[in-house]
Amino acid sequence: MAMAIRARVLLLFAVFFSFSYLTFSLYQDQVSLMDWHQQYIGKVKHAVFHTQKAGRKRVVVSTEENVIASLDLRHGEIFWRHVLGANDTIDEIDIAIGKYVITLSSGGNILRAWNLPDGQMVWESILPGSTASRSILSIPTNLRVGKDDLIFVYGSGNLYAFSSIDGEVLWKKDLASEGIDVQQLIHPHGSNTVYALGFIGSLHFGTFEINVKNGELLKHDKVAFSGGFCGDISFLKSDIAVALDSTRSVLVTIQFKEGEISFQQAHISDIVPDSSGVAAILPSKLTEMVAVKVKKSIIFIKLTNEGKFVVMEKVDHTAIVSASLSISESEQSVALIQRRDSKIQLTVKLVSDWSSNLIKETIEMDCQRGLAHKIFLNNYIRTDRSSGFRALIVMEDHSLILVQQGKIVWSREDGLASITDVTTSELPVEKDGVSVAKVEHSLFEWLKGHVLKLKGTLMLATPDDVAAIQRLRLQSSEKNKMTRDHNGFRKLIIVLTRAGKLFALHTGDGRIVWSVLLNSLRKSETCEAPNVLKLQQWQVPHHHAMDENPSIFVLGRCGPSIDAPGVYSIVDAYTGKELNSLGPFHSISQVIPLPYTDTKEQRLHLLIDAEWRAHLYPRSSEALAIFQRELGNTYWYSVEADNGILRGHAAKENCVLQVPDEYCFDTRDLWSIVFPSESEKIIGTATRKLNEVVHTQAKLLADQDVMYKYISKNLLFVVTVAPKAAGDIGSVTPDESWLVVYLVDTITGRILHRMTHYGSQGPVHVVFSENWVVYHYFNLRAHRYEMSVIEIYDQSRADNKDVLKLILGKHNLTSPISSYSRPEAVTKQQSYFFTHSVKTIATTSTAKGITSKQLLIGTVGDQVLALDKRFLDPRRTLNPTQAEKEEGIIPLTDSLPVIPQSYITHALKVEGLRGIVTVPAKLESTTLVFAHGVDLFFIRLAPSKTYDSLTEDFSYALLLLTIVALVVAIFVTWILSERKELQEKWR
Amino acid sequence: MEAALRMGVIIMSFFYLCFRLPSALAISSSSVGNGEYGFTINGRVKISGTSSQGLGLPAKISNVKVVLNGGQRVTFLQPDGYFSFHNVRAGTHLIEVDAIGYFFSPVRVDVSARHPGKVQAALTENRRGLSELVLEPLREEHYYEIREPFSIMSVVKSPMGLMLGFMVIVMFLMPKLVENMDTEEMRRAQDEMRNQGVPSFANLLSGSQRSN
Repeated sequence: MAMAIRARVLLLFAVFFSFSYLTFSLYQDQVSLMDWHQQYIGKVKHAVFHTQKAGRKRVVVSTEENVIASLDLRHGEIFWRHVLGANDTIDEIDIAIGKYVITLSSGGNILRAWNLPDGQMVWESILPGSTASRSILSIPTNLRVGKDDLIFVYGSGNLYAFSSIDGEVLWKKDLASEGIDVQQLIHPHGSNTVYALGFIGSLHFGTFEINVKNGELLKHDKVAFSGGFCGDISFLKSDIAVALDSTRSVLVTIQFKEGEISFQQAHISDIVPDSSGVAAILPSKLTEMVAVKVKKSIIFIKLTNEGKFVVMEKVDHTAIVSASLSISESEQSVALIQRRDSKIQLTVKLVSDWSSNLIKETIEMDCQRGLAHKIFLNNYIRTDRSSGFRALIVMEDHSLILVQQGKIVWSREDGLASITDVTTSELPVEKDGVSVAKVEHSLFEWLKGHVLKLKGTLMLATPDDVAAIQRLRLQSSEKNKMTRDHNGFRKLIIVLTRAGKLFALHTGDGRIVWSVLLNSLRKSETCEAPNVLKLQQWQVPHHHAMDENPSIFVLGRCGPSIDAPGVYSIVDAYTGKELNSLGPFHSISQVIPLPYTDTKEQRLHLLIDAEWRAHLYPRSSEALAIFQRELGNTYWYSVEADNGILRGHAAKENCVLQVPDEYCFDTRDLWSIVFPSESEKIIGTATRKLNEVVHTQAKLLADQDVMYKYISKNLLFVVTVAPKAAGDIGSVTPDESWLVVYLVDTITGRILHRMTHYGSQGPVHVVFSENWVVYHYFNLRAHRYEMSVIEIYDQSRADNKDVLKLILGKHNLTSPISSYSRPEAVTKQQSYFFTHSVKTIATTSTAKGITSKQLLIGTVGDQVLALDKRFLDPRRTLNPTQAEKEEGIIPLTDSLPVIPQSYITHALKVEGLRGIVTVPAKLESTTLVFAHGVDLFFIRLAPSKTYDSLTEDFSYALLLLTIVALVVAIFVTWILSERKELQEKWR
Repeated sequence: MEAALRMGVIIMSFFYLCFRLPSALAISSSSVGNGEYGFTINGRVKISGTSSQGLGLPAKISNVKVVLNGGQRVTFLQPDGYFSFHNVRAGTHLIEVDAIGYFFSPVRVDVSARHPGKVQAALTENRRGLSELVLEPLREEHYYEIREPFSIMSVVKSPMGLMLGFMVIVMFLMPKLVENMDTEEMRRAQDEMRNQGVPSFANLLSGSQRSN
């Protein structure tokens, strides 16, 4: 017993030793022990297959997240990937000379070539110009390595010829000045001319014939068409195009032979008997035929050699058609996808022989993937020399699927690259009868594992042993179980993606527990352009945790504007079942979770619409009664960044509507702050997290003094800049830019603190927690980034300094705090340089708020840096006194340290980092961190080390060894002592 | 690596695109004229050393990004380490290099409209001026703690080691201390002990066994 106590004391000592370390740090063999990392690419826009040669078969894709990636066609893994800048949207991709991937991006302004095997950028060229136009990339298919092989690019109104080897511009021809809106570039095989075809105005069609060698304009021609064009056009062959006239009811065949343009027209109603209405040509690259969308169907129309239109097939409008793929010199094939209940039907047909199918496969498809959005077709030669097909399908939920021989070969959940909101949920409580943790198979195995771990810690392990240790650690299924654990490490991370799909990820290994494509957020008759908005926790059962599941409140709106009607769904967090959905209803401009729950533990929410009316949810009489009771205590604020106005609101009586609605409340303005529009523009606001826990309101100083933190849920931090300085860095001089920060009480509209940083500008990234705000901005004078901290203290209670009373809990801290009591707030502030640009800042949060905090800074390099809050303490001085040092105050330095070991993402990157979410675990020392962007990253973090539990690599074997040694020692001493006693007695 | 090429902030006329050839460079930098498409910043990232230990992976130049003004533009390196930003306005800009495993200081670059071709670049971390825009890492970054090789001290310092050490002290040093005592005193003490019947260690153990 005494020994055990001593061991405990020593352990405590060890804990105190580890306190002295400031950084988070990880050994290399601890990677993926507490963290996981997943790589995604986003919704695929274009795909180019590279399967001709032997060796690795791959597909190169570009996505809506501005990612270009090369994927393994066998398994769907990423060979290489690049995330381009946020404004660098990819317009076109293609493969040139069999080894370069060519991308055209930034609205046809940047052309880059990437090495196909390893993704190294080979060259980059710029196409200057600001004329908005179509971007067309044309790479002759027979390109071989040679100086004469050209890439034709039309972008910003100019036609360029690039050398494919080094990206040199050989010539440039300005076509925008000719007034042509180029639709297609045609470079006949082996010819010395390239044709640019397009509309001139809305009435003319023009062709430009340009010499390939020098860009000289050889000939140009334009012919007027009396009906006018609407802009839809499809190129059937190298010399025939089909366009729609301005009424969208006549198909115009455009023929251009030897520079001569001729038109032929045919009414769609003549071609397709029972169709009327507005038509549109689908932009798929089909040859010899055209796909026309009329009302709710797609009609495939073929142009015969005699110039007649023949309808080949009429399919439902949800069908997706691929570009045509030439499988031999004269044969073209097209793939078609149609949804059949829970299956999809893939048909591949020959254009020349539409009635027979090359392939007709039905594939079982998870209905949570929705409809197909895109298909890319590729063929291969089977062993019996016939052609087989594989199809890459992009689904409604942004997932990517490869289908071959009627089976799904692989699928990627790329919807997870565009997460818009994150929340978490507890896992189910372990119920009786369900088997408790798997019992260790045998003592021997257990001991062996720990001996291995011991070897690892003592650096005696061979590489084989290290691998075995890693395997053991990953196998320890403890962290992947589907039940709540004692430490609160296991949770569900629930994420909402831009596609309107909800995923639940397990914190243990990041696997998808369930996923659901929400019907309310899907495109439908009533909701044309659904946008996802927010995730809220709807119901978190504590009292009925055994028999009720938590649920999630998902909000969206039907359209991009703020006054678009809203929709919501309530989803079960354990199963992903949609419990309830409503909409479209009133617009949603703000979502306010109220601090009240009803007897079913459903949280009350206020949704504010565009006309400043508040709508209460859930719509139950009980919720209404609760809200009516608390009506006078409900306040909120709104920020109108464009007008520079902050407003405070409160709810009033029921609204006066034609249809009486007792859940609707009118609001009144309480206060407003108008910022002068000529000198200040709001660029950011921040508040505390609603669910944040603060351990103590008092801060004990080294000299026995007490400072009271000013802790209020109603503080708003607002940043404004000079309107001139709202742009990028480098656009203003230090003299004409400033940054003003405010701390505003959102109940009274009182400004507690105002502070101006002259010569500074945004973008500003803020984190607000407890009684402090940390923000990151750019100092133009020093030309460095800076981080500032503001701490707010309550001066009015400063005289209540009886520490003893405070410790004994007899202090009068429970006296009601009101925003109207005008407390005297005192702020302390300090600024430091910080090296990197920042994408986002968050702070760690723990269950009780005792553990010291760390800032989590998402840097421009897509890494996440953990920085102790102690570095951002306004009480830092150059030479802290001994007492201050004991308190943990670090001597002041001009810049904040960037310690490589404190990157919580270690050697990984969270590409395209957008947000960091922290959730407390039940164990006070530990917090769970989830960073999302194009990639996902999760880690369990202990900001002050795990002082309340043994670490994972705690060596039980060493403990056992010590105990055995101690027991042996006891017996040896016993024997020795007995022998000595005997000798004594003989004496 | 080949010698660093002189590159800098160069006025760009539109035709100048083959910036990788030094000869072309000389021509373009002498061709003055306020390009209607703004200016071009050309530079180079030089990472010497083949790989960095502690990182696990050799540094791949293909994964290095160069960021202008905190994300306004992002570009990549060519195989020889060159990069360029086109269509940049005159003013003071900030360039950051994002390379995993290396620490690069952000660079302040002044693009002057009045003195075309003039290089004005400085590291913001240590305010060192650069005569040419060649960016080198200030240091390698090791993201992992290095496990210290096995040493007796680490075992001794561990809680178990301390415990054992304490036991050893009690077992071997305490009797020594007792030995150094005066023999007279010792006998007296022992007599006292015998009289009072203070149980010896052996008695204590056997006694407790008996009681069990």
